[in-house]
Amino acid sequence: MSDIYDVVIIGAGPAGLAAGLYAARAKLKTLIIEKEKAGGQIVVTEEVANYPGSIENASGPSLIARMVEQADEFGAERILDTIVDMELDEKIKVLKGKKNEYKAKTVILATGAKPRPIGCPGEKELTGKGVSYCATCDGAFFTDLEVYVVGGGDAAVEEAMYLTKFARKVTIIHRRDELRAAKSIQEKAFKNEKLDFMWNTVVTELKGDGILESMTVKDTVTGEEREIVADEEDGTFGVFVFIGLIPETKIFEGKVNMEKGYIPTDQDMKTNVPGVFAAGDCRVKSLRQVVTATADGAIAATQAEKYINEVFDV
Amino acid sequence: MLELTKENFEEEVLKAEGYVLVDFWSDGCEPCKALMPHIHGFEEVYGDKIKFCSLNTMKARRLAISQKVMGLPVIAIYKDGEKIDERVKEDATVEGVEEMIKKYI
Repeated sequence: MSDIYDVVIIGAGPAGLAAGLYAARAKLKTLIIEKEKAGGQIVVTEEVANYPGSIENASGPSLIARMVEQADEFGAERILDTIVDMELDEKIKVLKGKKNEYKAKTVILATGAKPRPIGCPGEKELTGKGVSYCATCDGAFFTDLEVYVVGGGDAAVEEAMYLTKFARKVTIIHRRDELRAAKSIQEKAFKNEKLDFMWNTVVTELKGDGILESMTVKDTVTGEEREIVADEEDGTFGVFVFIGLIPETKIFEGKVNMEKGYIPTDQDMKTNVPGVFAAGDCRVKSLRQVVTATADGAIAATQAEKYINEVFDV
Repeated sequence: MLELTKENFEEEVLKAEGYVLVDFWSDGCEPCKALMPHIHGFEEVYGDKIKFCSLNTMKARRLAISQKVMGLPVIAIYKDGEKIDERVKEDATVEGVEEMIKKYI
């Protein structure tokens, strides 16, 4: 039985790391599997101002680094591998990775979500060539250039303000006539002199030869389309997209129940499969934030412990 | 891995003969930092056939843009000074990069 983990967690974002530290602290043999790197979406966030207790040095990367350290300290193992298939229905669950196979009494699905693309022509080809989903990664390239931010939620407005540090001018393109972002964020945004707004507008095409040179936008009220072309001297501009998320749950299709790609759970983070839990952004929920992700992780880990005590005679 | 700058980029990459790999990264790019140790690993395996270099784009923004790099991470391969292939952003995974390297050795 020694090679069987009590808890295997897929994903090392805030949900997975919180689950890992709770499980390991409960003396469960715990493994966290991450595809590329620890952190999840939060590592691309410059400022995490609303996570309780994080005031100083509250960047995404620093918060994650502390969570990783904490999980390690309690004895959670971490490994880089990509899970490609799994058997979840048996008492001992088997996860097949590209490198290894893992056996577990319980599994916590914490794979999170990724940025939703606009889905218009030219977007894929011009990603990293003017089109971006990560302001902290790419913002500096647009120093003194013009930048457009697509979206109207918290992320869009906060990242737009962050981009004003670099860009000559930042314009938020939003499909409605008002922002969806929190009022406190909106207030700051409307005071920012480098920030402009283009209401009732969507992007329908992005164009350029190896680098973004122009885009077509459409007025959602009149249906009128027009072209925005890069300033001749600049030769290019930036388009940053923050229009929501898509869950990273493809590998769970047919393994657990899903609703529009998200995994439904009860309030104990239980999926429809016994011994399988879900936590964080990949779950059906109303608020996707670090604070709710970590809470999910903690609940999932304690419920996993309870499940092990009930099902396995310990 | 050879550290590139504004000053030596032309000499080491654009005027170089044979294959050169350039890891475009920056201080603020966490995905880049996660990828970098793997690129160092590839240098140990493939370093005799491809010259491995890295460029911190924070210090060479215009140079990066001239190479049509406006988003990170980017791992690019040059042959005789011409950029012939690259893996950008989501495609710049450990596996994706190794696959690209193997095409040219």
